[in-house]
This record gives sequence, structure tokens and C-alpha cells, in this order.
Amino acid sequence: MATILVLAEQHGGKLTRATLSAVTAARQLAQIVGGGFDIALAGTGLDAVAAALTPYGAGAVHQLEHEALAGYTAQAYAQAFASAAKATGAQYVVAAATSNGKDTTPRVAARLGAGMASDVVALSAHGGGVAYKRPMWAGNVLGHVKINTAVQVVTVRPTEFPVAEASGGASPIQKSAASVDAGSLRMKYVGLDKVESSRPELTDASVVISGGRGLKEASNFKLVEKLADTLGGAVGASRAVVDAGWVPNDWQVGQTGKVVAPKLYVAVGISGAIQHLAGMKGSKTIVAINKDAEAPIFQVADYGLVSDLFGVMPELTEKLASRKG
Amino acid sequence: MKILVTAKRVTDPDSKIQLKPDRSGINLDNVDFKMNPFCEIAVEAALQLVDAAGDGETVVVAIGDSDATKEIRTAMAMGCDRGILVEADEAQLDSDAVARVLAAICVKEKPDVVLLGKQAIDGDSNQVGQLLAEYLGWPQATFAYKIALNGTSGATVQREVDGGVETISLSFPAVITTDLRLNEPRYASLPGIMKAKKKPLEETTASALGVDLSLKVESIGFEPPPARKAGVKVKTVDELIEKLAGEAKVI
Repeated sequence: MATILVLAEQHGGKLTRATLSAVTAARQLAQIVGGGFDIALAGTGLDAVAAALTPYGAGAVHQLEHEALAGYTAQAYAQAFASAAKATGAQYVVAAATSNGKDTTPRVAARLGAGMASDVVALSAHGGGVAYKRPMWAGNVLGHVKINTAVQVVTVRPTEFPVAEASGGASPIQKSAASVDAGSLRMKYVGLDKVESSRPELTDASVVISGGRGLKEASNFKLVEKLADTLGGAVGASRAVVDAGWVPNDWQVGQTGKVVAPKLYVAVGISGAIQHLAGMKGSKTIVAINKDAEAPIFQVADYGLVSDLFGVMPELTEKLASRKG
Repeated sequence: MKILVTAKRVTDPDSKIQLKPDRSGINLDNVDFKMNPFCEIAVEAALQLVDAAGDGETVVVAIGDSDATKEIRTAMAMGCDRGILVEADEAQLDSDAVARVLAAICVKEKPDVVLLGKQAIDGDSNQVGQLLAEYLGWPQATFAYKIALNGTSGATVQREVDGGVETISLSFPAVITTDLRLNEPRYASLPGIMKAKKKPLEETTASALGVDLSLKVESIGFEPPPARKAGVKVKTVDELIEKLAGEAKVI
């Protein structure tokens, strides 16, 4: 029997969907090692988020509040989560590999003296323990690792673990003061310059339309945005056009940007460098529109259209719009 | 201001990486090596911070076999003042061991800032900077997009995060990890390359630093990623829509 602790993530009192992917990973882990899982939630003003976490079958939802957690900082959150892991006697700690998850979780592992596997895509039984599968070299290789420490810490890639369904029941909420040594903190949250959008989150969207350098200039990106809006999808981009300042950083899909796995991914004027492919290869159906028939994107595309995107995009958008009627 | 910066030797990010036929590891035949691109950005950021501060020293650290001196020399050719090579079989290290080696060096060197790439493009773990910060009890700014010094005692850092750009302030000593858009690393100049040959390079080992390298995370095997089935080329927009609706059923 093992105890697993899921580290939940909330922003301004709103739970992230990625947390529910971490819950799915915890359920899978419990199948392998036995036992059950608890959820730890840290911040301030968390009553509503804690209540939202009760129907997923956790042994308990630990609601940890402290004024030093009012703005997110890795230092304070790592202290709160590591203390919760110690208090619950967790042998496994699971978080989602979001930007906050990547930022905090290694610090939690260090505080617990635990080994950590990052960005895990699958879990399996291995000699009485667990083997973690994770992408390396931009996803060109999948490595299997085991963790040799008494406590094992993992972040999981949200696109590889479906969002958990509520399982009924109501986990008890255990509200307490988070263990944070406010005097030790030497960093302060100042603010978030949020990219406002009415479109779905890139990592949650079932349709993603991405644009690359083939669009030639920033103003042409509206061709991509129009198609995305027609299909109710999110907009992504290659590194080249993000670097060029055409679109926000937050739109980058790839090894070092967002990893997406929508039902439909349309790459428009994207050549398909391995770093980009690492971020979208898991998509169910991939469409590539590019006038260069030799572009590597066609090697991963289910449907390739070798054509000038400036002719294709308006036609495609218009015809799809009229289909929806 | 004193800055410690890392320069990891990795496989060229543009080379095609494949497993050996027996899947025991990566096939390194015909693969080039270079400095991790995120470390290049860290080196550039270190040099710019020292410039902004008016004076200071940059120390570049690499962990690996003697080939890793090439990355140290490259960083010194860009402008770093001196180098430290920690000799070890890099393939036999995990992120935690690397962080503890760096922590031991920080205890000796007492830098104001440690700059690292946010991840190495081989292992893609994205852990070392965060582990190091926690071992030292220091604040951290991962995924740095802009760094502005607040005098010599701290910095305001903008970070690339889900949903936008986050701003934090921190006081030194601190760990900062670099994201793609922080800067454009400079090329080493010919005089820089000549000068780098004469800059001091200290060699040490984990055991000399008192660091135990036993692994917390251990590799137990590799597999190739699942191959995607070959796709088809369509000729017209109408044909594409027909496929997406009829065959893939995604619209």
C-alpha cells in the first residue's frame, strides 16, 4: 500500500485542467503500487477550489493556506508542498508538467531528498516498483527510468493523461495553515501579463491551427486565426514566427514551447523542424499545408496539401464556414 | 558582480538522433556536439549582466569528460573570464547529481547569480536550476525572458509561463534559467578565441568537491517513438475537406 500525493495547481482560485491529468496519473500509479491518493492544494482563498477537488476519489484534499502563497513563487510553494508530502507520508508525489509544475516540483523533490522524473508520458510496473517513460532528445527517443529513492517525484505531460472524470463521493477537506518559512523567501510575485483570448487554451483545444514562416509577414497570421475561429480552435505557432515577434511567446508549439495533442492539428507554412514536431506529433490527425513538397512536416502529416497557402487558406476557411452553415 | 554560468556539451540539436539497433543507447556515430543552445543564451546573459553591473567576473562550469573543455573554451571565447571542468562520465549522472556538484562549486565560489539553460536539449529534464536553487536555499527565476538588475542586490525577471509573461523580483544570490527569447548569443570573435586559450581552466572532480554521485534516477532502457503511419497527399481543398469529414471524422 502506498500513499500518493497529487500537487494541484490553481490560478487566482481557479483549478487548472492539467491538475485533473495529474489525478489520472495518480489513479494509474495506485493501480500499480496499491493504495490511494490525496490531493494537496496551496494558496489563499481556496475554499471553492478545494470543494471542486472533492469528487475525484482522493483520500483527502489538503487545503494549505498562507499569506506568503498569495502570489505564486516557486520557493514558497515548494515549502508548502514538501511539508504536505512529509505530513501525509507520501511515497509518490505527482504534479502536471505545466510551467508552474516544472518550476516548483524539482524544488519539492530536493526538499524530500527524492529523485524526480520529468514530463512522464506513461507509467508501468517494473520489478515491484514503477518504470517511468519520458521523451528525450525532442521526443526522438523515449527513455525508461526508475527512481531509487524512498520518495519518488514525477511530473506528467498533461496531453498523455486524460482529464479525470469525477468518481462520485466526497473527499474530506483538511484545511490547515501551510508550512512556509516566510523569512526565508527572497522572491516576490509581481504580476502576470496575460495573453487575453476568447479562444480555447492551446493545450486543451481539440483543434489547433498553427502558422509558420511560410506566412511571410505578421499581418498574414490572420489567415491562421480566421481558420482557427471558424473551427473553434486555438492558434499555435512555430518558433521562428514567435522569435520574429509576430505572435505572443505563449503560442509556441514545440520541444521548448507547448506540447499539444488535439484531434486536429493544421500546420500552415511550417516546415517541420524536429523541435516543432516534438510539440505536436501526438496529435490525432495532422494536416500540413506548404508549397514545399520536401518539407519535413509532410513526413508526419496524415493529409498533406502541397500548395500556396495564400490561395488555400481563404478557400478552406470559407468552405468550412459554409459547411457549418 | 560575480556570475557562474553552465555550458553543457550536448548532441547538435539539428542532428537526427536515433537509437542503436539494440536500443542500448543513442547512436552517436556521425553526430556532432556543441554547447546546449540554452546554455549559450545563459553565457550571453551572464556577459550582459556583468556589463550592466559595470564590473564583475564570469566563471563557466562544465561537467563531463575532457571533450567538454571545448564548450568551456567557447564560453571563454565569448567573454567568460575563467573555467571549471568537473570531470565525470556525464552519461552516468542524473539531474540531482549535477545540481549537487554545482551547489558544491557555489559554496566555494560564492557567485551572486548562477545562470543556466532552462533545459538541456538531450535529456530535456528541466530540473537542474530548480534543484540547485533549493539545495542552496536561494530564490529562482526559471524560463527568463527579460532580466533587469535592481542595483547590485537583486533583479526583476520576466518569465515565459503558460498564459503569458510573469514578472517576479528576487534578491541575490539567486538562480536564473534562460528561455529562448532572452537574447541572441554572440559569436566568438577571432581575438576572443585566441584570448580564451590563455584563460585559466581549473579541473576538478565530484569526489574532490565532496559530492556523492550515486544515482537517484536511473535509466533502464530506451525505445523509439511510435511511428506515424504514412499519410497521403491531397490535391485540392475539397479533397482535404472530404478526407477530414469522411475518413478522419475530425470536422
